[in-house]
Amino acid sequence: MKARQKGVVFEINAGAGLKNKLMSMGVYIGREITKVSHIGLSGPVAIKVGRSVLVLGHGVANKVAVEIHD
Amino acid sequence: MIKKIFLVGNPNVGKSVVFSRLTGVQVISSNYAGTTVEIMRGFLRSGGREIEVIDLPGTYSLEPGSKAEEAVISLLNESDRGTTAVINIVDSTNLERNLYLTLQLLEESLPVMVCLNMCDEAKHHGVSIEVAKLEELLGVPVVPTCAVTGLGIKTLIDKLENVKACGRVKSGHQERWQAIGLIVEQVQRLSHRHHNLREILEDASVRPFSGSLIAAGTIFVAFQVVRFIGEILIGRIADPFFVNFYQPLLDKLSSFLGQGSFLHHLLIGDFIGGQIDFEQSLGLLTTAPYIEFAMVLPYIISFYLVLGILEDVGILPRLAMLFDNILHHIGLHGFAIIPVLLGLGCNVPGILATRNLESRRERFIAATLISIGVPCVALQAMIFGLLGRFSGFYVSGVYLVLLVIWVVLGVILNHTVKGYSPELLVEIPPYRLPSFSTLWKKLFLRIKGFLFEAAPLVLLGVLIINLLLYFKLFDLVTGIFSPLITGVFGLPKEAAVALVMGLFRKDVAAGMLIPLSLNVKQLFIAAVLLAVSFPCVATFFVFLKELGLKDLLKAFLIMFIVALVTGASLNLLIH
Repeated sequence: MKARQKGVVFEINAGAGLKNKLMSMGVYIGREITKVSHIGLSGPVAIKVGRSVLVLGHGVANKVAVEIHD
Repeated sequence: MIKKIFLVGNPNVGKSVVFSRLTGVQVISSNYAGTTVEIMRGFLRSGGREIEVIDLPGTYSLEPGSKAEEAVISLLNESDRGTTAVINIVDSTNLERNLYLTLQLLEESLPVMVCLNMCDEAKHHGVSIEVAKLEELLGVPVVPTCAVTGLGIKTLIDKLENVKACGRVKSGHQERWQAIGLIVEQVQRLSHRHHNLREILEDASVRPFSGSLIAAGTIFVAFQVVRFIGEILIGRIADPFFVNFYQPLLDKLSSFLGQGSFLHHLLIGDFIGGQIDFEQSLGLLTTAPYIEFAMVLPYIISFYLVLGILEDVGILPRLAMLFDNILHHIGLHGFAIIPVLLGLGCNVPGILATRNLESRRERFIAATLISIGVPCVALQAMIFGLLGRFSGFYVSGVYLVLLVIWVVLGVILNHTVKGYSPELLVEIPPYRLPSFSTLWKKLFLRIKGFLFEAAPLVLLGVLIINLLLYFKLFDLVTGIFSPLITGVFGLPKEAAVALVMGLFRKDVAAGMLIPLSLNVKQLFIAAVLLAVSFPCVATFFVFLKELGLKDLLKAFLIMFIVALVTGASLNLLIH
């Protein structure tokens, strides 16, 4: 996923704790998100969810599968 | 009758500001998630009654995830539903995400009132919310407020009596989000606006290249401003005051007491070159107030003023993103930059802020690195004062050595400490223009804290030194340590007193170095040793309280080794 691209979350492949946390922060299945940026090759990723900007560590970001819109 | 109110809400929605407004208790509030790590209590006086108000740390949901969330849940479960109310504080600019917690509170059948905070900012962002409609859909009272200015707080208090539980049917994540989608669609109107400068800056600060530039620039400017303001406060206000107004008074007292008497020694201290020397006389009325008010306090004021602005603008969480990669190498994630920056003011709030880190391993690494490699502003002020006389080069040198220690020790800890380190997951707040009143209150609280906690210790530290000198007990202390101090570190044996005093207060300890007339190399080594060696007594106790005796002893052992290795190698390397 590239910066400024939009997509819809279709799977969160994480343990219950992390999944709950993501869900409660607004990252749930079917949610449209926009990628803002990432730092380095294995660095954190910033995404825009609704009106908030979240930063996900690389490992967390890897667990969120997104279907990219064209 | 309501006896207890809990303030519950997402991180960074202004719970602490509402808490201050309701109770009059001043607490520190900033623009980042996780400012409040302790549960704060206060009382609201309304209609001749006292209601207890409890400010809880921010939480995104009622499912236990972090320590803070567990604390919130257990407190809510323990409370008596008949006499308790929950004020759910909601960020109006981000209604959708905030309503998730609201629905969970309603599902728990808690008596809830919704406080739509930051309504001024929402208006500014082109967000308008139909309050009556939202009230109807949620089935509980909704009050728009702007806690920073106090708008709506009175209505909030008046409506408290109408609070009731509205038992929503329990549901799962997906259903809850669907319900929220429907609610938001009905109550929220967005007027579209073009990107403004603030949004462009917000975006730029989380991109790798522009973000790093902004971060580096901010840190550089912040540091320069702290020094600039500190020097002005010392040179234009504190020093002239001590020399022009205070010294004549002391001269009178001195001739009244008579040189050589015990009281003269205790209060004024020794004459240096035939007169009072504020840095070297070591009396309770000379050196003690001079260290505290003329050397340290000016930097406390300038540091916390600048930190307050950085906190309220919302720079810190952005630094967390930029530093994430680097901090991974030392077993931490980006958020750990915030405790470290707070530790540059005072190690105590720095170590308390490690509560925002989830795993014990992270907390141990962060707290150990803070107490060893992060000098507090009191010590930094003294280092500026001592080494700055020679050249700024040596001052930067101390920071460089500390940075090297920090990184090397961090990498070693990352490879040796057992446990796991979770990943960064944090919300980035919008940039905000700091409110003058919040900044001022925060600065005032922090200065007050410094004066009340540090002043007695500085006085006690100088008293101990003074008595040791008077009863000629110095040699007793220095004798034991002289092989280590002289042989390994290359310092005169009297420096032992300063290093031992470092256990107590770093600023007094650094002050003890002045009368020793050390050369630059010795002063440099002593300054580094003071920074890395044992934490001061306040840090010691907060470390014990937060991480327990076992971890404290481990950290203590690490400190001892680091101090030994650093002192010895600096002594060998510098010529």
